[in-house]
Amino acid sequence: MQQKPLTPWLFLGPSLLGFLAFTLVPIVMSFALAFCAWDLFRPPRWVGLDNFYHLLGFSLREHPGLSPALAFVLAASCLALGVLSAWKLRGGWRTLSPILLAGASVVILLQVLEPVNERFWYFMGNTFYLLLGLPISMACSLGLAVLLNQALPLRNLFRLAFFLPSIVGGVGVYLLWKWIFNTDFGLINMVISMVYPPGGPAWLESVAWAKNAIIIMNIWAMAGGANMILYLAALQNVDTTLYEAARIDGAGRWQQFLAITWPMVSPTTAFILTMGIIGGFQGGFDAAYVMTRGGPAGATTTLSYFIFENGFRHFYMGRAAAASWILFLMVFTLTLVNWKWMAKRVNY
Amino acid sequence: MAANRNKSRFPGLIARAIGIIAMVAIGVTMLYPLLWMLGTAVKTTDPALLLKEGAGASIFPDGENIFQNLFPPVWHWENFVEVFRVSEFGRYYLNSAIIAVGVTIGQLVTSSLAAYAFARLKFPGSEKIFFFYLATLMVPASVTLIPLFIIMSRLGLTDSYFVLMIPPMFGAYGTFMLRQFFKGIPEELEEAACIDGCNAFGRFVHVILPLSGPALATLGIFTFLGNWQSFLYPLVMVSDDRYKTIPLGLLDFVDLNSANWPLLMAASVWSILPIIAVFLLGQRFFVSGVRLGGVKG
Repeated sequence: MQQKPLTPWLFLGPSLLGFLAFTLVPIVMSFALAFCAWDLFRPPRWVGLDNFYHLLGFSLREHPGLSPALAFVLAASCLALGVLSAWKLRGGWRTLSPILLAGASVVILLQVLEPVNERFWYFMGNTFYLLLGLPISMACSLGLAVLLNQALPLRNLFRLAFFLPSIVGGVGVYLLWKWIFNTDFGLINMVISMVYPPGGPAWLESVAWAKNAIIIMNIWAMAGGANMILYLAALQNVDTTLYEAARIDGAGRWQQFLAITWPMVSPTTAFILTMGIIGGFQGGFDAAYVMTRGGPAGATTTLSYFIFENGFRHFYMGRAAAASWILFLMVFTLTLVNWKWMAKRVNY
Repeated sequence: MAANRNKSRFPGLIARAIGIIAMVAIGVTMLYPLLWMLGTAVKTTDPALLLKEGAGASIFPDGENIFQNLFPPVWHWENFVEVFRVSEFGRYYLNSAIIAVGVTIGQLVTSSLAAYAFARLKFPGSEKIFFFYLATLMVPASVTLIPLFIIMSRLGLTDSYFVLMIPPMFGAYGTFMLRQFFKGIPEELEEAACIDGCNAFGRFVHVILPLSGPALATLGIFTFLGNWQSFLYPLVMVSDDRYKTIPLGLLDFVDLNSANWPLLMAASVWSILPIIAVFLLGQRFFVSGVRLGGVKG
């Protein structure tokens, strides 16, 4: 097929211009900004790694029995032992002992070091905590897919019903859940007090329960959505003769699930887990902003919420940019680790 | 399959019954919050009306059986009109519609053109540029949001349709998805259809686009829904009431009518109505969309 040299650029032009202006230039700017202090009013000031130090850094603290130098030596020797054991040991200890020794060195270091910004680590913890909902919702998705994969009547209608919560979203639905989690008159606490008269927790107003409330809402929103459809597609590709062979060998339903279904859908599990971690890490802003404003006492503040607060409420543009790059690095490493780990365990 | 073989046997029947009961139970649980939304939206907080209508009319049922009180004895449909009276909801609705439709059209045009270039045309650096597109998919939106806000506010473009419509049009994801789809169309089809040698644009319009209906519809639906629900981006870029979209309008609504749950829920119902309409019209594309997006590595 003949082609003039300019043609491809005419096709690519609009998209490429937009890509440069609204993606690439901002990315480069954001990277530079991460090393500056800027409140938008006075000119930006180069501060080097200061932003990162104020987010992730540690400073020395007094410890009655342990001098910093001794702690560093101890921690370093623990790490060295860990590396040595990973190299020399065989079997289960090969994985377990480096993890234990690395943990020990962290504990030792934390005796003489304290985080500069304790809140940031807390918000990071919140982000991880909210990710705990992911395996639960994935298990629900798989369960629903197994259910829908049987020759039951009206299953298309049910698939539609399960899918609906995942597609309605946005502020309207967060408001709905704020109402559902209402301490005195919300749906959930009224159901709880029907079976358990003392009643349920204060959900969104409670430091201990606010994150759980958001996890419950996320499970509702995700269980029947795209993940269920992906699992359903994977289940439909499983060769039915495998089940027949297993039945002849006398395997029960649960054994069939463990021996056939679970390994056969493992590539899908790996895919969903990876995408879920990427999405989960970046998420949590909308729900937190609408339902709790990140509270109570920062209990539902995630990294993305922290970035918003710093950038657009306090106008710490540099700090916010640095935090967004930390978020990127975490997403990136977790994805890599996840893929490496999965590559060993997934049956393709 | 498995269930069919067991049809004649008694245990198979039980398994089927359990399956159906489980599906009904789960389906009701999943949809109940949405029914509760509708039920709250048609209740009233007017004390005089509550007295007249009796038990179950209130959103605060105080120890009564909540499953009987899902819907009130009298449905106050007027709440849905009231929403437009007490706030600028009509304006927000129009803004959301203009922006979501505009972004969707723009996204379809720019990303299908770029996808065709990446899938079919040969030019220097094409693989490198495509790699750049892919790499940015990993960068969180919050990384670009801060500089984008700074650029837009320096140019005096915040609080405008421009900022709400133009930057969201350019997603690398749409280009990536359509490129994968175009690659799957046999190249011979293009050659056969243009035996007299029409140009690249002709092939794109007359061969590729007509064959890509489902992929374009899928991308269009997801772009529309994503922008209808988009929250953080307009929240950062807009403070003027004239440019607010539904999600921002809803938030103002909360501040003005904090305890008026019926009105809040009525507004929320309005906000998800277009989503449900799009969902019912384009159901089949959701399944295909998930599969297109879920290209397994």
